[in-house]
Amino acid sequence: MGTRTVLQQSDITRALTRIAHEILEANHGASDLVLLGIPTRGAVLAERLDRVLADIEPEWAHDRDQRVGTLDVTMHRDDLGHGIGRAPHRTTIPTSGIDGKVVVLVDDVLYSGRTVRAALDALQGIGRPRAVRLAVLVDRGHRELPIRADHVGKNLPTASDERVTLRLTETDGTDEVVIVQPGTPTHPERHQPGAPAHADQQQAGATEQTRSEQTRPEQQGGAA
Amino acid sequence: MKHLLSTADLSRAEAVHVLDVAEEMAEVNTREVRKLPALRGKTVVNLFFEDSTRTRISFEAAAKRLSADVINFAAKGSSVSKGESLKDTVQTLGAMGIDGIVMRHHASGAPRVLAEADWIDVPVVNAGDGTHEHPTQALLDAFTMRRRLHGGASRGKGLDGVRVTIVGDVLHSRVARSNAWLLRTLGAEVTFAAPPTLLPAVDRPFGAAVHHDLDAALAEDPDVVMLLRIQQERMNDAFFPNPREYTRHFGLTAARAAALSERTLIMHPGPMNRGLEIAGVAADDPRSTVVEQVANGVSVRMAVLYLALTGEHEPKESVA
Repeated sequence: MGTRTVLQQSDITRALTRIAHEILEANHGASDLVLLGIPTRGAVLAERLDRVLADIEPEWAHDRDQRVGTLDVTMHRDDLGHGIGRAPHRTTIPTSGIDGKVVVLVDDVLYSGRTVRAALDALQGIGRPRAVRLAVLVDRGHRELPIRADHVGKNLPTASDERVTLRLTETDGTDEVVIVQPGTPTHPERHQPGAPAHADQQQAGATEQTRSEQTRPEQQGGAA
Repeated sequence: MKHLLSTADLSRAEAVHVLDVAEEMAEVNTREVRKLPALRGKTVVNLFFEDSTRTRISFEAAAKRLSADVINFAAKGSSVSKGESLKDTVQTLGAMGIDGIVMRHHASGAPRVLAEADWIDVPVVNAGDGTHEHPTQALLDAFTMRRRLHGGASRGKGLDGVRVTIVGDVLHSRVARSNAWLLRTLGAEVTFAAPPTLLPAVDRPFGAAVHHDLDAALAEDPDVVMLLRIQQERMNDAFFPNPREYTRHFGLTAARAAALSERTLIMHPGPMNRGLEIAGVAADDPRSTVVEQVANGVSVRMAVLYLALTGEHEPKESVA
């Protein structure tokens, strides 16, 4: 019953530091690397990775403003028009573009893999990277598409009816990853009738986890 | 937002939200590949009972950039000219399977009739109805002002304290009405400058202040001067003695444009009658946003179509 904190602030910081080292190791340095965070929390994580990379790699620090952006995938999702309604977020591509670069996509929670599929689709409209890699803070399993992460902060075995929520200081006032048991209202404001739909949308449900739950009513029905 | 019929229906939060989504669409329009798959597999009908080139093309470009299929329906030369009713026309289209209607009609209120009747259950976007409203024009005007004033930092902002003077045929202008309501919702102050014959015969039309003297209105140093087109097709009465007299009293002449402040925006919804309501020099001035308005129109209409057709309304499944 209730919620369980599985990663605390220090765990998140350590995981990001390790991911930063892994990214540099896999790429043999910082050459041609570009980080694209998937809004909202993936974008925050990308900014944090950027700060870690600047500390440990002089080449990254040299032109880091050319290397970090955000990639909104809303328009490329496969569940648009199913009565959910999603506000798009900002896409900012570094001025040097992504052609021929090694793009590292950064997201918070990897679950069904549908967000990442949408991100790969979105990249096509922007350019042709030499390679695309995926870094996530939490991999909770239950993939529905043949997608895997190259860099994972924490593998977290979960039941599919649990929620995994990442909270970050920048967006939520605290740093933690929590598992919420089924039946626990995490976003009570979501259920208030009469609240404007988009305000509700923006406040709640920005993680991979809640998005995925909204997209899979048939599975929830089956489990219940 | 299911339908977009009137800017009076929009709350401030809703209007700002549409403009914010339009910002994201504008970003896409700067890319090499200006295409999003958001409305793939959906069919949008441009149902135009009144001549229009720029609005129809703008809606068509917007729908196509979102990957929707577009059917253009012009009443001229269609079954409508044989006397088919709106209900039958729409039900015929509905039977073919469509997902949204963009409608322009010469009768004020026609889009609302369509939205509220049970002939067809799809989102309706008003692309201009009679002398009533033209909501996407008002949204693109507000979007253009917001971008000029705030640049890249315009997301989430309204138009608080912005002073807008709208000049010309307010009486027949759906652009003026939609703008007056939307701009006031966003916090701007609206003033009309027009001859009494071209203003509604009320004290403060649509909540706006009124000037019968353009020079007095411009002396108040507005942030935006918006010229309205003199619509010859609606001039079936003697509203002013002749075009030259109109230009002398209410046209943005080269001299009036030169006297405007450096930061005052010059706007016109198009198509312009150069030399009548706006001098060529003023239209081509760096302060003029006429070309930007057209570009922004596509972004704003993409946002409206996206929001209406992907539905921030009636969730089919309840969220667990």
